[in-house]
Amino acid sequence: MRIALTILAFLALASVPLWLRDPYLLNALITTGIFVIGAMSLNLLLGFTGQLSLGHIAFFGIGAYVSALTSLGFDVGLPGDLRLVHAPWPPIAGFVLAILVAGLCGYFVGLLSFRVRGAYFVIVTISFAEVVRLVALNWVELTQGPLALTNIPSIALPLPGFGEMTLRTKMHNYYLVLVVALIAYLLIARLVHSHFGRAMRGLMENETLAVSVGIDVTRTLTIAAVISAAIAGAAGSLYAHYIRIIDPEVFAFINTVTMVIMVISGGKGSLAGPVVGGLIFGLLPVALRPVMAPEAQWIAYGSVLIAILFVLPRGIVPSLAQRFSRRRSNAPALAPVALTETGAKEPA
Amino acid sequence: MTARNIAMTIDQVAVRFGGLVAISDMSFTVGEGEIVSLIGPNGAGKTTAFNVMTGFLTPSAGQVTYQGTTLTGLKPHEIADLGLIRTFQRTSVFPNDTVYHNLLIGLHRQGRVRLLDAILGLPGARASERKLRQKAGELIEWVGLERRAHDLAGSLSYGEQRLVGVALALAAEPSMLLLDEPVSGMNASETHRFVELIRSIRDRGITILLVEHDMPMVMTVSDRIVVLNYGRIIAEGTPEVIRNDPAVIEAYLGHGAASA
Ligand SMILES: Nc1ncnc2c1ncn2[C@@H]1O[C@H](COP(=O)(O)OP(=O)(O)OP(=O)(O)O)[C@@H](O)[C@H]1O
Ligand SMILES: [Mg+2]
Repeated sequence: MRIALTILAFLALASVPLWLRDPYLLNALITTGIFVIGAMSLNLLLGFTGQLSLGHIAFFGIGAYVSALTSLGFDVGLPGDLRLVHAPWPPIAGFVLAILVAGLCGYFVGLLSFRVRGAYFVIVTISFAEVVRLVALNWVELTQGPLALTNIPSIALPLPGFGEMTLRTKMHNYYLVLVVALIAYLLIARLVHSHFGRAMRGLMENETLAVSVGIDVTRTLTIAAVISAAIAGAAGSLYAHYIRIIDPEVFAFINTVTMVIMVISGGKGSLAGPVVGGLIFGLLPVALRPVMAPEAQWIAYGSVLIAILFVLPRGIVPSLAQRFSRRRSNAPALAPVALTETGAKEPA
Repeated sequence: MTARNIAMTIDQVAVRFGGLVAISDMSFTVGEGEIVSLIGPNGAGKTTAFNVMTGFLTPSAGQVTYQGTTLTGLKPHEIADLGLIRTFQRTSVFPNDTVYHNLLIGLHRQGRVRLLDAILGLPGARASERKLRQKAGELIEWVGLERRAHDLAGSLSYGEQRLVGVALALAAEPSMLLLDEPVSGMNASETHRFVELIRSIRDRGITILLVEHDMPMVMTVSDRIVVLNYGRIIAEGTPEVIRNDPAVIEAYLGHGAASA
């Protein structure tokens, strides 16, 4: 049932470029897709471990800059007459490095903050994002500072035997984002359904009990932070090679807020939540643009969010799923269940 | 007492909370496969002793050794990894998960697979999942909660939640089990069943340290009893010895009977 819905949704999304030719809308869908990946990564922390990363955009931005710099090359001076020179590499290498470097940053942020949790993690992540933004702004020799890194090459996929295929068109990029989003979705789904996912759940529900049965808090949360940051880094890399220009504004706090809104409205702790919330809040600007000034749009965002949470307090996906299952279980009287070897429900 | 290998040694442990002395100089040992009860009036320091043994509290002085390992400085999950597992005095379950999923979380120690194997769904990880599901089912059956397997743990009765707590502890594969007032909130027949359960746990070779106010139960089930009063051990011995010890009658039954 759930799997069928997921496949159906994926096929529907995959068909979009076949009937939607409008480049403006396709562009909106691509950037939305990139932010959906970011929101999914945020949900892994917020929804499945309960840790709020309010500097999540840092990992996204680091991914963007690492990928851009890897593919553009750089030549910067270091203290003591040293120079660090890097010749341009293919963008695909930038994509891989973006994932690794962002994941590493997630590891250090986790290491710094998970000994004491809660508010401490929120503060460390906010500070981290601000520090990274300041570096991007002021290390002009490396990042061009506010002048932005420009002419970032599009991603080219190596096709064995055929050379490579540069993803220039919107349709190419749409499918690239869709495939990466699918991989991220499946990765997170596998993770949360594995025994790591259960450890995360246990910690969120009752930490004292969880550690008493042998669950290592620091390790579990750090794994979640690394994977979350790595996925955000992948999204950032896609962003850099699609928009092809990035400046320190990418680290703006408002971008983290956007991702948090996507997660909360869609439903934190549900796999599909960030996708649904992300599509709504990613495409809302498109719908609002003809009728509203950009400044006023934030007010509309807030109103839509409040409206959603008023009707569906746990977010769209979990609230609807709950209503649906309640209606179903009301219909036939619940038969007593016996445990089979697989633990599935079975009438006794 | 017959000669057994010693499982746990509590050596001159003291715990102070600010000015309050919760435990002053406590020393005793628990032998492998033994059922030892730690009893005493409310506030005697029993739960505090459990917290020290399982790494939730650092003692102000002294140390606990389990199977040759000094526990000082170990985190609770590291102590759990030594096979020393506890239950909690207040009901403690994962309330928003079904009983069955509670057990799957509790089986963490037995379900460890490599992260990559789990993500890729490799055969090793899948076989481990199958094994866990089967074990979860067995444990639920063993504590007699089959009918509640797919209900949220938080929706269970007090007594049932205590059984879930014990099942969770067993899921963690203990070599020694610390039970903090497991039958409080259970009725007579539930308590009777629980005594059988404790015996069968011991028959699996698991050492048991029991904290309990239910005196008839303590007297039937224990090999040895340690009596604590105001953070100090006042008596130690077999149920017969303890039953007739004037200091115990004075300290424990004297004012504890009213509040127990
Ligand atoms: N975290 C704490 N901070 C301050 N005092 C504490 C703390 N934990 C326990 N105490 C005090 O230490 C003493 C021993 O408490 P403890 O919970 O170990 O008693 P107990 O023997 O388990 O009692 P009961 O039978 O009521 O469960 C009590 O006076 C209690 O108030
Ligand atoms: Mg107590």
